[in-house]
Amino acid sequence: MLAKRIIPCLDVRDGKVVKGINFIGIKEVGDPVECAIAYDKQGADEIVFLDITATHEGRGTMLDVVRRTAKNVFVPLTVGGGIRSAEDFRELLRAGADKVSVNSAALKNPAIISEAAVKFGNQCVVVAIDAKKTGDRKYNVFVNGGRIDTGVDAIQWAMEAERLGAGEILLTSMDADGTKQGFDLDMLNAICNVVNIPVIASGGCGELSHFTEVFRKTSADAALAASIFHYGELTVQQVKTEMQVKDIPVRVL
Amino acid sequence: MIGIIDYGAGNLFSLKNALDFLKLENKITSSPEGLREADKLILPGVGAFPDAMRMLRQSGLTEIIKEEAVKKPLLGICLGMQILFEWGNEFEKVQGLGLIPGEVTLINAPGLKIPHMGWSDVKIENQCALSKGINEGDRYYYVHSYKAVTEKQYVSVYSEYGDYIPGLVFRDKVFGTQFHPEKSGEIGLRLLERFGGME
Repeated sequence: MLAKRIIPCLDVRDGKVVKGINFIGIKEVGDPVECAIAYDKQGADEIVFLDITATHEGRGTMLDVVRRTAKNVFVPLTVGGGIRSAEDFRELLRAGADKVSVNSAALKNPAIISEAAVKFGNQCVVVAIDAKKTGDRKYNVFVNGGRIDTGVDAIQWAMEAERLGAGEILLTSMDADGTKQGFDLDMLNAICNVVNIPVIASGGCGELSHFTEVFRKTSADAALAASIFHYGELTVQQVKTEMQVKDIPVRVL
Repeated sequence: MIGIIDYGAGNLFSLKNALDFLKLENKITSSPEGLREADKLILPGVGAFPDAMRMLRQSGLTEIIKEEAVKKPLLGICLGMQILFEWGNEFEKVQGLGLIPGEVTLINAPGLKIPHMGWSDVKIENQCALSKGINEGDRYYYVHSYKAVTEKQYVSVYSEYGDYIPGLVFRDKVFGTQFHPEKSGEIGLRLLERFGGME
């Protein structure tokens, strides 16, 4: 049986990890490569880098981070943030990323999904959707860190992304994100029910039980978390041990 | 020295990174001499069966791979494993390298998502030179929509995903993994290390 995946996410700006990290025994605290290696050792099933660099120079730095990570980490690596074109996909995949996640550029130009899927395969195209509840069983897609409502219906957009060739959906609830009150189960179910590609749950986890809850109450394939791992509140290993106890299929080292 | 066969289909860099990390001497090669010089060969592959076979034929390496496969260990990975078989059925029926009897067909797993993507546990069918160290329940990373259909005697380990999915296949010096050892963490690296240590 396929294991439910646990995915730590690292926010990277100009080649440095943005949030503070409490890992023990790593050489350079802010180095994304060192952090990725540490997560790999904890048993991460996949690692996500979210590049929040604004400058052109920073983009080159990110490619270097991906290259160095790919030489030292042998689990799938996903990179997102600032992807504008199929050419950006190519550069990151060549640098060693296994998947690339695209967000606002796909909303502006959905053809980027199909173009990348045809050129590089569906499996490496992740469509990231940031959504907020706007009514009864109604969710809208937001951009700019949840500040701008695009008016696009998130459920429709997820279906459209799959039709265009997305291999996976990374769904972040802007309502749950940062609250530490648990994943947005209603939103996840609304999306999981309409697509037949894997869905990664993101936003809201604050304690161990939130991971088991999301896999018991939704059909999400993976759970992504940033700060809970960043600040060393939990290790990937602790999450997996708990999942194992609760009989959720999981990969243990 | 391990020769990584470059015929235009697939991401060779992850595999090269893994072999470099393991300090296994390796070289990406697309020439007949390169394939002959190597003492082991790895055939990677990402994409579709017909494209891969077309590119392999265009590269002029098809016959050389067949010749070398009886002399030295050969490991096909993912699509590189699939084209080791006699026939592929992705979009159209296409002849493969025919190094292992059998064909490649779409995964038949009603109600499950295709592609089969993620970490699946394995069970052991037969021991082979590469299966030492693999334990039942170990999880390897798969990304594929097609699977090999072959006699059990050629299957070393398999996974179940609504269907019987051969994960590691073998015949004489020819090996193939449907999963990606270069993306399967520590246990994947150990498999590559065993391959690197083969005579």
